[in-house]
This record gives sequence, C-alpha cells and structure tokens, in this order.
Amino acid sequence: MGMTMTQKILAAHAGLDVVEAGQLIEANLDMVLGNDVTTPVAIHEMEKFNTQEVLYKDKIAMVLEHITPNKDSNSAEHFKSVREYANSHNITNFFDVGEVGIEHALLPEKGLVVAGDAVIGADSHTCTYGALGAFSTGVGSTDMAAGMATGKAWFKVPSAIQFVLTGKPAKWVSGKDIILHIIGMIGVDGALYKSMEFVGDGIQYLSMDDRFSMANMAIEAGGKNGIFPVDDITIEYLKEHSVREYKVYEADEDAVYDETYTIDLSQLKPTVAFPHLPENTRTIDNVGDIKIDQVVIGSCTNGHITDLRIAAEIMKGRKVAKGIRVIIIPATQAIYLQAMEEGLLKTFIEAGAIVSTPTCGPCLGGHMGILAAGERAVATTNRNFVGRMGHVESEVYLASPAVAAASAITGKISCPCEVMGE
Amino acid sequence: MKAHGVVHKYGDNVDTDVIIPARYLNSSDPAELAKNCMEDIDPDFVKRVKVGDIMVANKNFGCGSSREHAPIAIKASGISCVIAETFARIFYRNAINIGLPIIECKEAAEEIEAGDEVEIDFDSGMIYDRTKGTEYKGQAFPPFMQEIIKAEGLVNYINHK
Repeated sequence: MGMTMTQKILAAHAGLDVVEAGQLIEANLDMVLGNDVTTPVAIHEMEKFNTQEVLYKDKIAMVLEHITPNKDSNSAEHFKSVREYANSHNITNFFDVGEVGIEHALLPEKGLVVAGDAVIGADSHTCTYGALGAFSTGVGSTDMAAGMATGKAWFKVPSAIQFVLTGKPAKWVSGKDIILHIIGMIGVDGALYKSMEFVGDGIQYLSMDDRFSMANMAIEAGGKNGIFPVDDITIEYLKEHSVREYKVYEADEDAVYDETYTIDLSQLKPTVAFPHLPENTRTIDNVGDIKIDQVVIGSCTNGHITDLRIAAEIMKGRKVAKGIRVIIIPATQAIYLQAMEEGLLKTFIEAGAIVSTPTCGPCLGGHMGILAAGERAVATTNRNFVGRMGHVESEVYLASPAVAAASAITGKISCPCEVMGE
Repeated sequence: MKAHGVVHKYGDNVDTDVIIPARYLNSSDPAELAKNCMEDIDPDFVKRVKVGDIMVANKNFGCGSSREHAPIAIKASGISCVIAETFARIFYRNAINIGLPIIECKEAAEEIEAGDEVEIDFDSGMIYDRTKGTEYKGQAFPPFMQEIIKAEGLVNYINHK
C-alpha cells in the first residue's frame, strides 16, 4: 500500500521505509518553534528535565510576536523570561522587536523551513509550512520543550483527505476563499487528526501566499497538517529565501485516502465565515446587509505582501467609510518595508486606515483593536470564536483581504466587484 | 486510578478561546488561569466547580489554539477528567502531556447530563453515571500514551526513559 506525501516525510524522519496510518512513531525534527505566549510555559517545563542542555540551538525558533511590543506589565515579564532564556542558551533563531514578524510568515521568509522538513511549533497555525511541501503541525508547550530537549517528537501517523483542485479561480477569489469554502464543506472537525493534501492542476494558479493561507487554516478543519506538492512556484520561493537544501516528496500513486473531494476553483465565489465558527460560510452574494465597525487586514493567514497589494488596489483613491476603524498589519518587517516602497502604506493612510508594526494583536484579542459588546469586525484572520477579538458579545466575520478592503470602503460586508464597479 | 464528581456539561466545538480567553494569556500561573476558566461560555463555572468534578462535552472539544493554558486551567480548576465524543488533536496531546485525564466516549458524551454524579475507572476505561444508573465503556489509550499518563506527563516520561 502506498504512502501519502505526509506519510513519506514522517517515515523519512523516523528512519523507517514505510509507515501506515495509526502507527505511533518518533520523528527527528528540523525545527521547533514557540512564541511569546507558549514559550514561557515551555521554558518552565524545560526546567523539569534532567538535562538543561539545548542540543539543537539552530533548530529552535523563538518568535516574540503575539502581543508585541510588550502589551502590559504581565506580558512584559513573559517577554523578559524568553529573552533571558534565548540569550543565556544562545538560541540562534530568536526574534524580538525590530526583527520580529508573525512567526508563520517570518520562518519561510527567513528560509528557516524548506520542503521536506518536519516541524513542530507551539502554535496551532504551525501547519502553514505545508505550503512549502513540509510536514508541520501545531503542538503545545510541553511538546515544544520535549522537542528542544530531544530534537524529536512523537506522532500518530495520520490518514489523509485529498482535495483535487481544478480550474482557475476568478479575479477576486483567493486562497482564503478556497480554504473557507473547504472548511464550510467539511466542518471544523471534518479533517480531525488527518492530513489535508491539496493536489490538482488548479494549484498552478495559486501563489505561495495563497498556499500559505490555505495550509494555515488546515487546523480550522481540525487537520493535523495541510500540504501542497512542490512545483516551480515553490522552488522559486525556496531558492529566493533559503540556502538550506530542500527535499521533494511526492505521494505514491497508490496512496490511500479516506476521502477525495474535487473542487472546481473557477466556480468559487468570495466567501465569508459568519460568527462563531469558521465553518459558518456563505458566498458573498448571500451575506445580506451586515454593517461593521472594524476591519483587520493582517495575521499569519493574510498579512503577506500579495494580501496588502490586493487591499491597496481596492482602497486606492477611495476613503474608508465614516466611523469604520481599519487596521492593517503587515506580517513581517520585510513585508512592511516592501509595502512602503511600493506606496501601499501611503494608499492605506490616505484612505483613512492605520498601519501597525507586525503583531498578531487583534487576531486573538490580544491588543491593537479589541471589540466592544455588540461590535462587528471583518477580519482576514483565521478564527471567529466567541470573544476571539474582544467582548463575548462582539462578532468576527472571516474574509479575504479583497472582501475586507471592499467592506472598509462601504461600511458593510461587500464584494470587491461592487466597489470596483465591475 | 479513579475519578468521582459532579458533571459540568457543554456542547460541540468548545474552543480554547472560551476555555481560557486570550486576555488572560499574559499569565501562565495555573491558579491564576483557573480563576477565569470557561468564563466566556459559563461565567458561573469557577464558582460552581469543586475538586474532583468532571467535564463532559460533545465533539471536537478543545479546538482552536495550541495554548496549553487551556488544559492547565481546567486541571487547576479542580476537574479530574474530561469526557468528550472527540477531542481536537492539539488539546488531546496537551492533556496527555500535562497529565489531565481525558476519555473519548460518544454514548457517555450524549447521555450524561449536567449535575449527574459520575465515577470513572481509568484502568478499565469504564464510566458510571451514578445518578442515571447507566454505564459506558470509554476508548482505551494506546499503551505508549498510558505510559505518559502514568508518568504524570511527557517530561517525567522522557526523564525516566
């Protein structure tokens, strides 16, 4: 019986020729990641190990990005504990204010993750790197600590759901719309414990940023990981960003999938997830009249340069609707600088939006745009759970950067085609 | 090993943001986290919960964020076991890794109600609803995970290996 792409990567990292779904394995890791929320707990766990030695300093990344710069005195103490640990243990890949970006945009950009890697991160959206053809999955702080101490993690080998993507998406349909469509179709536990393997000729039309958005939200369908095959677009990205050697794995032709879905991308429409689950999706023509108070464009899902370009294309020469607070957050310093050089930041500020330095901030209700009772936001983020962006009676609608930007102009959830007069 | 307590019941897709909202993630102290556990879906939980009580929910319990603060808050609030139809996978790992007992059992999750008195025998995986007089067989963990639970978490397991 053949193996899926994920199974092949796991087998190679466990030193096995073959693995099968359900098998418990111990795999060698190429990268162990943590942020300012999860790393302090991992450091506390590290202190309980018999050995305090960190064996693989180059294979650990500590990224202080969730509520940076220090949000309040408690978080300042958290940040301080990670800084002290990273400095005293000479952690190679430690990122703080000035260098920091949202972790899942930063690691690929810095070339720290490449195709064929096995990665764990104490952050649920670690599954993002599947866009590069890596196996990556979110874990908790104790797993992070164990990974730091041993360079290994235990896994139950997942079975997989295959998504065959065909056709070319229409103008305002992005990776975000595709993944929201899929989550709406299979539900928030539709891929529980499983891999989501994306294949098909439609992938050629998806930029790396589209793929990052899609792999990123595999966890919102309960998935263990989301993964894309490596093609010319991936290789071009890897060559531009990394000097590390990558390895291309392909699923066997006789690999077995629990289910296969075929999705014609040309038939998809911009899609919005209504409160309070990412599976509550509606296409843009079915959203009705939803007035909003705030727009957030950013996060590990959609804070990439192409996301900002799309938003700027819609906002250029237009004004944010009166009373709407529009917060734009480039995911990394390099994206921030690029957006500045391309004039995108000028477009946003002239339209009446604000531009923040990189942080997760409002996505998890941390800081930089918390909602009051009864307020509504359209956000390019990844979760719309109860109280996610603030008050328990506030609401988050998940959408693409194009829909978010269009909604900023009209003050209600809107199709970009409406604003662009198409 | 046994657990015995009163049930606090929840539905599908209880996410880690409602188990412990991000506004409290500026602390990692278990006692501090326990003070706000379940606040956004059950504001009285903290007042009501007693040491040894049991949490029962339907499918996909603990979905969302990887924050280990969620099982830590539940454990520190006094909960002795969480029964659910299914658990989100990161929560599942985290619960095992920190030594919070969890059991998957569809029938128990469907039938047990809030306020029921429930007893659990972890060795046999049996769940007894003493209020209703019903019993259920929970799904047993693979031996590898049982060893981690026996060692009271992943760190001790690795230390003893």
